[in-house]
Amino acid sequence: MSQKNRLDGGQIDRNHRLSFSFDGKNYSGYAGDTLASALLANDVRLMGRSFKYHRPRGVFSAGSEEPNALVELRSGARREPNTRATVAELYDGLEAQSQNRFPSLRFDVMAINDRLSSFLSAGFYYKTFMWPAAFWEKIYEPFIRRAAGLGHLSGEEDPDDYDKGFLHCDLLVIGAGPSGLVAAQTAGRAGAEVILAEEDFTFGGRLLADTGLLTDQHANDWIAEVVGELSNLPNVRLMTRTTVFGQYDHGIFGAVERVTDHLPEPPSQKPRQILWRIYAKRTLLTAGATERPITFDNNDRPGVMLAGAMRAYANRWAVAPAKEVAIFTNNDDGHRTARDLNAKGVKIAALVDSRADAPTSPEFEVLSGAKIIDSRGRLGLKSVKVRLQDGSVKDLTCGALGIAGGWNPNVHLTCHKRGRPVWNDHISAFVPVPDSDPLLRVAGAAAGLFSTHEALQSGADKTIEALKDLDISAHLPDLPQAEGAPVNIAPFWYVKGGKGRAWLDLQNDVTVKDIKLAHQEGFKSVEHVKRYTTLGMATDQGKTANLGALAILADLEGKTIPDVGTTIFRPPYTPVSIGAFAGRSRGKNFRPYRLTPSHKWAEEQGAIFVEAGNWLRAQWFPIEGETHWRQSVDREVLAVRKSVGICDVTTLGKIDVQGADAAKFLNHVYCNGFAKLPVGKTRYGLMLREDGMAMDDGTAARLAEDHFVVTTTTANAVSVFRHMEFCRQCLWPGLDVQLISTTEAWAQFAVAGPNSRQLLQKIVDPEHDISNEAFTYMACGEITICSGLRARLFRISFSGELAYEIAVPARYGDALIRRLMDVGEEFDIVPYGTEALGVLRIEKGHAAGNELNGQSTAAMLGLGRMVSQKKDSIGRVLAGRPHLMREDDYRLVGLRPVYAEDTILSGAHLMSVGDPANAKNDQGWVTSAAYSPHIGSSIALAFLKKGENRHGEVLRIVSPLDNMDIQITVTIPHFIDPEGVRLRV
Amino acid sequence: MIINHPLLGPRDAQEFVYLGDASLIDRPDAMAETALNDFHDYLYLRDNPAGSHQELWFHEQGDRSWLVVTRDTASHEITHVELAVDYAKRRGRDR
Repeated sequence: MSQKNRLDGGQIDRNHRLSFSFDGKNYSGYAGDTLASALLANDVRLMGRSFKYHRPRGVFSAGSEEPNALVELRSGARREPNTRATVAELYDGLEAQSQNRFPSLRFDVMAINDRLSSFLSAGFYYKTFMWPAAFWEKIYEPFIRRAAGLGHLSGEEDPDDYDKGFLHCDLLVIGAGPSGLVAAQTAGRAGAEVILAEEDFTFGGRLLADTGLLTDQHANDWIAEVVGELSNLPNVRLMTRTTVFGQYDHGIFGAVERVTDHLPEPPSQKPRQILWRIYAKRTLLTAGATERPITFDNNDRPGVMLAGAMRAYANRWAVAPAKEVAIFTNNDDGHRTARDLNAKGVKIAALVDSRADAPTSPEFEVLSGAKIIDSRGRLGLKSVKVRLQDGSVKDLTCGALGIAGGWNPNVHLTCHKRGRPVWNDHISAFVPVPDSDPLLRVAGAAAGLFSTHEALQSGADKTIEALKDLDISAHLPDLPQAEGAPVNIAPFWYVKGGKGRAWLDLQNDVTVKDIKLAHQEGFKSVEHVKRYTTLGMATDQGKTANLGALAILADLEGKTIPDVGTTIFRPPYTPVSIGAFAGRSRGKNFRPYRLTPSHKWAEEQGAIFVEAGNWLRAQWFPIEGETHWRQSVDREVLAVRKSVGICDVTTLGKIDVQGADAAKFLNHVYCNGFAKLPVGKTRYGLMLREDGMAMDDGTAARLAEDHFVVTTTTANAVSVFRHMEFCRQCLWPGLDVQLISTTEAWAQFAVAGPNSRQLLQKIVDPEHDISNEAFTYMACGEITICSGLRARLFRISFSGELAYEIAVPARYGDALIRRLMDVGEEFDIVPYGTEALGVLRIEKGHAAGNELNGQSTAAMLGLGRMVSQKKDSIGRVLAGRPHLMREDDYRLVGLRPVYAEDTILSGAHLMSVGDPANAKNDQGWVTSAAYSPHIGSSIALAFLKKGENRHGEVLRIVSPLDNMDIQITVTIPHFIDPEGVRLRV
Repeated sequence: MIINHPLLGPRDAQEFVYLGDASLIDRPDAMAETALNDFHDYLYLRDNPAGSHQELWFHEQGDRSWLVVTRDTASHEITHVELAVDYAKRRGRDR
């Protein structure tokens, strides 16, 4: 079979023949074809099966509105389901498969649904899958999931790259038909920055599909001339294969450019698609119009299509869908299709015009006042049945039928900000409210101006108007003379009185009866009907279906169509692949990650890393012979307690606070006092939220009268800084204080363990005395190390051991850890990771993220007395609410298992031994748990009601999720050195 | 959305973090007798207008200015933007 339906002419390159396959069968087409046009040329009308009833379907449109001809394109990891054949550009070697059929497109066993259609009416899912409720999870949902969807994903990772980009312009022109081309020309000549975006792979829009001269030029020559001029203007960006899919606030548009979709696979370095965010000062929507059908019984057979699409196939792609075609119309545009096809030598079986006063034609038979009431042909149209004006019925033999029900302006983008279109009686369609949006104007068919003349004129006029807003003066170009045919339409939506099924939404299989049934069952709002019947909810969003359904609803309600109203238009205009939205944010690059200064060194040690906020931190450092993480962690913990360990704590937030009022400012943000902290000292600080709950904790070191360094937890570094800026700028703008985040400026290491001072003395320059007497517990200072490198030293401890944190400019972080490890060799120094850090702090009873989860008060943490009542700090007032001050509130306690071999898991709940395990008996919960090699058993921190008075009590902890139910003893929340002696030696 | 930053010009709203009603600037006197009730109202009672709304935005991916943005919550039209520091001073926060 070699393209038996191919006509003469067209805008295809006959010197460039392409071969392709559909369902394993080989065909040929030409460069310039779409998959749909090439299939039609090869006399393939059956292209898919419908979603619900598995009805055989063929191509319905010639553009992105296509409801029927959805195929799986490509194979392997690049397989793309639900690709519209009408916009898939043909390339050599293209492979496509039909969808939603088994075993084959011509014979599909699921077509049994079609015979069962009386059970599958509107609301079928809601009615059928309701009872018994227990069936839902095991039976109904799996059944629905299996039956749902058309194509299938490959299940493999997408091998291609997707990019994101940002563009700015004075004027964005959406759609490059006659209106858009003139708009870009007008604006381009005026020197404005212009973006012309066209979803098709070539410019021209509807001009490509129609015949007719522009002055004395063929449309193609005029297009070439204008595009030629535009491409020479440096201020004009021409974008084909680019769909502007959404309008957002303040002139921001989303667009997707299909950079290499038309190639078998992207050449190296080229992305598959680019998601553009376009910032436009002004926008002109020239997106044209979409034809709509007239509905009648069995109007869904392969071969039945929109008349404008049939004309496009004939004129642009030189394809007739069959040797003999019929046309069904309610307006003059159907006649145009008949004329064009007739001129191309396609036999017109008849033109069926619902209007009694239809124009006649010398070229073909016009049946005026007639309606098509049924069709025949299971896998492809064979004939249609016509009821003539006199009531008699006649069969017309035809292989294809073009339906012309009028055109709907593509108003979608004008409605994305909740705008509603208005009804225009003259063209029987919704149009955008004129001049409703100063940022977005509409011209051409999108504004309901359907003739080429009006398109050209309005494109230029609206551009001049838009540029005037921007003080750019533009001038009307010499517009070519073009057809100015008026719209003559007598609204006619569906043929009444049919006994069979008349399809409205072809993709979701919604019929006229379904709408009637929904209405009968009380679904009267158009939004409800939509959801109950699924009308317009398929991948095409009902572009060809919705208005017909509105007309039926209007009939049923006895209202007009505008009174029924439209559903809300939302982005995207056409489907956008998830890959484009993800862009490069995939896998490891899903979000940015940050590396600590010692990362490279830690990698060399074979450290295991964990994500902490955006950071990758060493979790533990396995050494030879260790096979389980616990072996490493236990060893690291014991080494710190015995001698000395080192841990990268650069990730803690560091905020530099400077100014004459720095101390006053900290007094406001911390609940405890900082005004009297002497220079050279560090203090633990607790920040509350204004509602009195603990927000974050850390330390503030006073390096000078007017200079503090504040630390935050890793997780809250960003939000605490934001909060402090809020306090500074919004609450106390009169204070002389400045903040800057220095988190990444300083590499900081915790050096912990009884030998930590001896270790540091080996690198601290001798003029700095860090003996216990000179540099006491909680001291801080600016020092030099390694012969002159500036550093900061803080004698603070998270582990409960004698410990320091030492900071150097970040670029010296790698060198510092290597030096510390070198000089620490004699002390058997170990690096320790976040796991050991966690065990050490639980042993010491320090609160961390698990305890500071936004639900704990200072009192719960045992820090109630820290909240100074003498000053105004954030959260102080509301922390004093009686409910938060209750004596029987939760308090932080420690837990040890009664039987040392038992393991405590966090998340478990506390109850009295002997009480049934239920919420009523719940007395608290475990926040942090770890194995303590120091104690030799599992230990935990927990919040327990009245916990401070219950040390020594034996309770039960239960976690049904973990299947845990063990007995524990309540203790103070310090498992090591509760007096703090080790810190001070 | 685009926020016209008083110092930096038009910036994409993505660069900002939203906090909420600008009335958060009017923090009550914590030392007043009625402080407990005042803070309750300050923290928990908010108008929720469909229309013009003054709100706080933080230019986190920018110069770290807190801004008071006057935005129509129904149309997203932004009619005024100023530095929160100026707004706060005007309301006597520096006294």
